[in-house]
Amino acid sequence: MSFSWANQYQPQNPFMQWVDSRLPLPRLVYNAVGAGYPVPRNINYMYNFGVLAGVALMVQIITGIVLAMHFSAHIDTAFDSVEHIMRDVNSGWMLRYMHMNGASFFFIVVYFHIFRGLYYGSYKAPREVVWMLGVVIFLLMMATAFMGYVLPWGQMSFWGAQVITSLFSAIPLVGEAIRTWLVGGFAPDNATLTRFFSLHYVLPFVILGVVILKIWALHIPGSTNPTGVDVQGPQDTLPFHPYFTAKDFFTLCLYLLIFAAIVFFAPNFLGHPDNYIPANNLSTPALIVPEWYFWPFYAILRAFTVDFLFVPAKLWGVIAMFASILLLFFLPWLDSSRVKSTAYRPMYRIWFWVLVVDVIILAWVGGAPAAEPYVRISQLASAYYFAHFLILLPLLSMIEKPLPMPNSIAESVLAKVQKKGGNTAGLTAPVAPGAVAAPAE
Amino acid sequence: MVRLFGLGAGLVFVIALLWGAVQPREAVVPDPVKAIHLHPEQVKFSHDGAMGVFGTFDRAQLQRGYQVYKEVCSACHGLERVAFRNLQDIGFSAEEVRALARAKEVPSIDPRTGEPSTRPALPADRIPGPFINEVQARAANNNALPPDLSLIVKARHDGQNYVYSLLTGYDRPVPAGHDVPPGLNFNPYFHSVNIAMARPLQDDQITYADGTKATTDQMARDVTTFLRWAAEPELEKRRQIGVASVIFLTILSFLAFLTYRKVWANIPH
Repeated sequence: MSFSWANQYQPQNPFMQWVDSRLPLPRLVYNAVGAGYPVPRNINYMYNFGVLAGVALMVQIITGIVLAMHFSAHIDTAFDSVEHIMRDVNSGWMLRYMHMNGASFFFIVVYFHIFRGLYYGSYKAPREVVWMLGVVIFLLMMATAFMGYVLPWGQMSFWGAQVITSLFSAIPLVGEAIRTWLVGGFAPDNATLTRFFSLHYVLPFVILGVVILKIWALHIPGSTNPTGVDVQGPQDTLPFHPYFTAKDFFTLCLYLLIFAAIVFFAPNFLGHPDNYIPANNLSTPALIVPEWYFWPFYAILRAFTVDFLFVPAKLWGVIAMFASILLLFFLPWLDSSRVKSTAYRPMYRIWFWVLVVDVIILAWVGGAPAAEPYVRISQLASAYYFAHFLILLPLLSMIEKPLPMPNSIAESVLAKVQKKGGNTAGLTAPVAPGAVAAPAE
Repeated sequence: MVRLFGLGAGLVFVIALLWGAVQPREAVVPDPVKAIHLHPEQVKFSHDGAMGVFGTFDRAQLQRGYQVYKEVCSACHGLERVAFRNLQDIGFSAEEVRALARAKEVPSIDPRTGEPSTRPALPADRIPGPFINEVQARAANNNALPPDLSLIVKARHDGQNYVYSLLTGYDRPVPAGHDVPPGLNFNPYFHSVNIAMARPLQDDQITYADGTKATTDQMARDVTTFLRWAAEPELEKRRQIGVASVIFLTILSFLAFLTYRKVWANIPH
């Protein structure tokens, strides 16, 4: 790790010494999520969503592995096997409701995590790769969630697959061939279900691999912090354990509390009733909508209603939908402001909150039928989305005058604590490596 | 370079979208059905106690609901995901379940000849539906397909209120100017307001074993409760575990918060 004052792993137990000298796995854990990883002492609760996303991924993998033991990937039996899980498998309903709602909760924490990254400039140098790996995870999550939603082979599964795979047919010349290749036929059928099941099983492990890369990349510079000022010395940081393990455990309990309330009392609140009707390729649902976490992007897809520059509207929608996510890869270079934290960017702060509201509006119209006034609202909201990232953000970085920033994290913490009349003993005296930690009783 | 390219792409997207936004819209043809269609009536069910998320089923009501299903609905609608053995959950004894099952015949194979035949159902069998396949079901119902009812409460928006409203919504007057096609019946709670199913429940149509007066409203409530159970047989257990989990996690959150405060005591941050 890159901080010279990080605690070193010094096992006292002879057995751990024996293991450490042969396979330094305990050392790896100690340096990654133990006392050997210094974290800025001033990070707030918004920084807890990364750990929650990791937990959400593990919940999905564990419940998913067990569900796969009972699921039957065939169009004739998939729906029945899901109902078998719900009715006959011991606690099967709990596993399935956890998996179903777990996907939604995964997206909720990831959306918080992304907006926290946007607010505190977590995509800026030297964390560009951390951010880009995050976008890769987001894309993989969307693919995995979409394919997972197809597996129960209900009405929304089937028609959702039909709509989303038909996006590829918008590509000129080869579109139809690509779609046929992806679906394994001319319409979603058994070949589609079996390949989606196979990919839905394997992609979470790919996500897990990228998560490990992301944590690896993150641990070089460490986290950002609400001041946006880089860590300068030991007075700026606290060891991950016990300080942030204790804090993360508290928010994890709160997360599980809300998760349990939904899973046990309103498990179908986030779902669509049509998916409890077995798939029927002769009966189209009145309104085909994807799961709620795709609504902002679904709104962008449907916002293009006219052909423009000789490109058909449908192709515009597809390009724009993919562009709306892919542009995030370029964010570190689109925003050239050196100031990381939005707290010191008076103009960007306003536009950041406009973006938050804009994405919420996109989600709202994305779940609504394609009729007025929703179409026009989606057009204006999509226009702002692109204008925000591609026009406003680069311009703002040039014209904005940032507010004065503290010289260091320790200084900002000191000012905050003194204002409250608190104890600053831990900060004023120079501190030995890791000695800031008062031993937890 | 990225910024320049981004600016160009951004302008193209924004202009394409705004160009679409300023296009005149086709006049919307008002849908007459939309004006007549009603959202389900909001009903209070005894098993949805406080806040609609707690509460347990009334076993007597579930059994009455099963009786309505068996004597009325099952003439056209299947309940294929519920097995006879599941009826023990609504208060029938093992002996009663065996008797209920024995009264029904299910497809089988003659063990001597290998020819297709039937045998009396066992508790492990799913409740057999009224038709052997969709073609037979449509042939018997003027080409309409009576849906299976096992999941009906979960498969409709606001399902519980919807089923109750649909069953009691037949006495609404047909609005002026609305023509009901022959063979269909007016029901403002159905999505197209013209439903193939004729009014299924009439006052005193059945005689409840427990002496409850069989009004249309009572039967609709009972059968809706039964269908809620059929769709979510885990409901009571789910709520029970839910209460335990929420209490446990609330205490754990509180302890975790105290731990966090203790660890961070005297640490400026």
